[in-house]
Amino acid sequence: MTMKTDTQAKTYQNVQPKRPWQASVKDRVTTAIVLAIAIISATLLVKVTGLSGKLGFFFAFVLIFVALTSGRQYRRFGSASAKDALVNTLVAAGTFLTLIPITSIIFEVFSKGYKGIYLGLFTSDMSLNSPNDPANVGGLGHAIIGTLILVAIALVISVPIGILTALYLTEIKGRFSQPIRFLVQAMSGVPSIVAGLFILSAILYPITKQNSALLGSLSLAILMIPTVARTSEEVLNLIPNDLREAGVALGGTQWRTVAMIVVPAAKSGLLTAVILGVARIAGETAPILLLAGGGDRFNFDPFNGPMGSLPYFIWNSFKSGTPESIARAWTGLLVLLVVLLFLFSAARFLGNRKVGK
Amino acid sequence: MSTTETTYVIPEKRELTTKPRFSDKVFRGVVTGGGLSSLLILGLIFGFLLYQGFDILKSQGFDFITTSRWDIAYDEAGNVLSSDFGLSSMLIGTILCSFIAVLIAVPISVATALYLTFYAPQWIKKSMVTIIDLMAAFPSILFGIWAYFILMPSGVYWAKLINHYLGFIPLFENKDRYFQGSPFIASLILAVMIIPIITSISREIFSQAPLDRIQAAYALGATRWAMIKAVVIPHGRNGVIGGAMLGLGRAMGETVAVYTVLNIVFAINWKILFGVGGNVASLILTKFGEASAYEIKGLMAAGLVLFVLTLMVNFASDQLVRRFGGSGK
Amino acid sequence: MSTDDNGDKENMETKTTPSSLSSVASSSKRKVVNTKAMGTGLEARGVHAWFGKHHALADVSLDFAAGTVTALIGPSGCGKSTFIRTLNRMHEFIPSAAMAGQVILDGKDIYDPSVDVTKIRLQIGMVFQKPNPFPSMTIGENVLSGLKLAQLKTENKDDLLEECLVKAGLWNEVKDRLNAHGGSLSGGQQQRLCIARSLAVRPQVLLMDEPCSALDPGSTLRIEETIEELSSSMTIVIVTHNMQQAARVSDYTAFFLSDGGPGQMIEMAPTNEIFARPRDKRTENYVTGRFG
Repeated sequence: MTMKTDTQAKTYQNVQPKRPWQASVKDRVTTAIVLAIAIISATLLVKVTGLSGKLGFFFAFVLIFVALTSGRQYRRFGSASAKDALVNTLVAAGTFLTLIPITSIIFEVFSKGYKGIYLGLFTSDMSLNSPNDPANVGGLGHAIIGTLILVAIALVISVPIGILTALYLTEIKGRFSQPIRFLVQAMSGVPSIVAGLFILSAILYPITKQNSALLGSLSLAILMIPTVARTSEEVLNLIPNDLREAGVALGGTQWRTVAMIVVPAAKSGLLTAVILGVARIAGETAPILLLAGGGDRFNFDPFNGPMGSLPYFIWNSFKSGTPESIARAWTGLLVLLVVLLFLFSAARFLGNRKVGK
Repeated sequence: MSTTETTYVIPEKRELTTKPRFSDKVFRGVVTGGGLSSLLILGLIFGFLLYQGFDILKSQGFDFITTSRWDIAYDEAGNVLSSDFGLSSMLIGTILCSFIAVLIAVPISVATALYLTFYAPQWIKKSMVTIIDLMAAFPSILFGIWAYFILMPSGVYWAKLINHYLGFIPLFENKDRYFQGSPFIASLILAVMIIPIITSISREIFSQAPLDRIQAAYALGATRWAMIKAVVIPHGRNGVIGGAMLGLGRAMGETVAVYTVLNIVFAINWKILFGVGGNVASLILTKFGEASAYEIKGLMAAGLVLFVLTLMVNFASDQLVRRFGGSGK
Repeated sequence: MSTDDNGDKENMETKTTPSSLSSVASSSKRKVVNTKAMGTGLEARGVHAWFGKHHALADVSLDFAAGTVTALIGPSGCGKSTFIRTLNRMHEFIPSAAMAGQVILDGKDIYDPSVDVTKIRLQIGMVFQKPNPFPSMTIGENVLSGLKLAQLKTENKDDLLEECLVKAGLWNEVKDRLNAHGGSLSGGQQQRLCIARSLAVRPQVLLMDEPCSALDPGSTLRIEETIEELSSSMTIVIVTHNMQQAARVSDYTAFFLSDGGPGQMIEMAPTNEIFARPRDKRTENYVTGRFG
């Protein structure tokens, strides 16, 4: 029989929490040695046999590492443990393969694009020079303005529709909910070029017969609505029902409850939804090419005439093919990427603010 | 106490009607209208494309999907004499590239999703999820240009390698030794583009694997892989397939990224390492610049076919993810 | 078990005085058969458990002798479940978990770095509160799933299958439908299936975390009978909220309590003693129902 007395409670200060299941020092050292052996053997194999280049090294390394770790586990603990070690390595390899493209993209855009950055980049347009001129002449000011205008108009159209759709799904929950949810999902799968073709055939050809920012924005809105609607729906669903009940219990009509209680509570989340929608369309190229045209000068009129945009600028520069124009394309990509990173961080920051209870 | 039974007469249920106030009626009307707008837009898209492309579809009939050519004959005045449009090589190219892209992307995505859910420490998981979500937001022009300058040389190198060792298989033949702009390279960039989506969906599904069964497996002496095989995979299999189909749908609709790397030629090509291929979306983009009004109709019809195809794939994927996996995205 | 004992127990259950509980305890007769397969029991030495900075369990030392049934009782939140999870190294799955102390099986600390944790869990099995058979497997496959997961080989799968289901008291009900879906059984049957599943890998020790709390009294009785029978060939540790159950099935009982700080093991004694003559005032308060 054992009993505890109070004096023993005092001795707990000396006891330290430990995690004996984590890799011990011996384990870590062994893994490091195995890694080193694998790297060295792979390098040797590459030098000696026909395997060549990074690919050969990667394969040789993975194979040797798998063989060593699985073999070690097999000898220690048997076949189940060996299989587990094998899967460990495969899973790590897959993750690594996912990371390579993204690091490559970010690295290349920054390293190839920064050379073209200069102050005039943001204030001038391409009306006085061709893309093949060296990078310190001309700029993409018109492209930035164009993208801003295009996005702003698309916002005005798609945010109300998107949020209203979300409100229908979460507040009214009528009999159209199933089909509407399905349609929103279907809309998010519309290829961007099909959205462009639609506006082309519905409005440009029969009515306006010329490129304009407005048409571009319409097709961008088609692409943006599903993103805004779905994210908004998720955010609104997170608002606990207690708030709605409190509003109605105070005698509020449904619309007042929604407008004055639910929506303000979801404010930051809805803003996130909008930002994500903007990020989705800021870089869209295909519908822009069809509808907004491009142009090389500042154009502040969204209803008339081709409107430049970052994607068009990049595309045009790319197609010109000379080293100078290609450098311009990378610079344009850098600007676009920075804008996206900014939008993304803003969305993250807002999304992390807790929805108020 | 007496033992007579008291009989109850169950009263009629009262009808509870809440007649909404006028302001609420307006509110509901506006919101419902907003919600139905998506139905409207989708219907309009379908309708207009059909309207514009109808002539072509009617004159071509099934040939539109089964033959492969793009010819228009004009007379001196610029009027159209005859036309012959056939999408088959483009359709096959779209489907081929997308399927191979999914084949490449799914193992990598599933491995990454497993890593993030069951192997990664919290801090790695948080940062990687952010990075992958960011990658999902990259515009296709970024992928396209990166693919042209950086992926293509490596892609050509790998294609040559595959051709060298496995060239006896017809799929990997390349008699003209022309490796640039092949379906293989298009598949590679498509795979890179859809990995973030499939990884996100798979991760959500895996994270909802039932905890009690996971604990049961571990309590029986399972290793981590044995547990995944016994609990996570049976639970998540259909959802992951749904996610893969969503990636397939995205890949099929991709325009700009494929355009930069694929060499579009009107001939059905199954030899994926050989530098010619087809893709409906890129076709539309290619031909659009100089197309006559009549040719545009052909392009509209092509757009309609693409739209219907992606709609079907996305519908199937949605069913799978909704029924078998988490909340789906 | 004889009907006498059954009859006796039923009369006693109406009162919950310590003396009645202890009578229940002493009226259950059990033979301790020391077979080799049973091993030498399990011992916890100075076990502490943390969740992050929160000290949840402090300095628990318990010796579970081979072939005995030990019940862990105490109010909610006093660390009983945490403690039982340190015994088969399930505690470490919680991301912020940490521990101190040792758990000795067959003379070796199961937390030693050179130990294969999956092998430990083969020797120390666990049955959970909520039955969790694998729905993607048939009844037969469920029972043998432990072998598949651990890649163990047996000569005769069918014999093992029957043996485990018999021991769990489920054979007669499912012998004709071994190919039926694992989830098609009632709650009590599912729990017995989970017990059979744990038995298939031949553990020395079986840990049970409130195995009957989600079940009806009829199923509970069946499982308590199973525990009786199993105790002749293995060591059993059972967490329970139900003091009558502790009195019915266990040889020893340990009382856990948390007074706002980390949970501690207050007192451990043969079951009839802890109910009749508890040494600690807190134990007495609990078993007489003054709190908890």
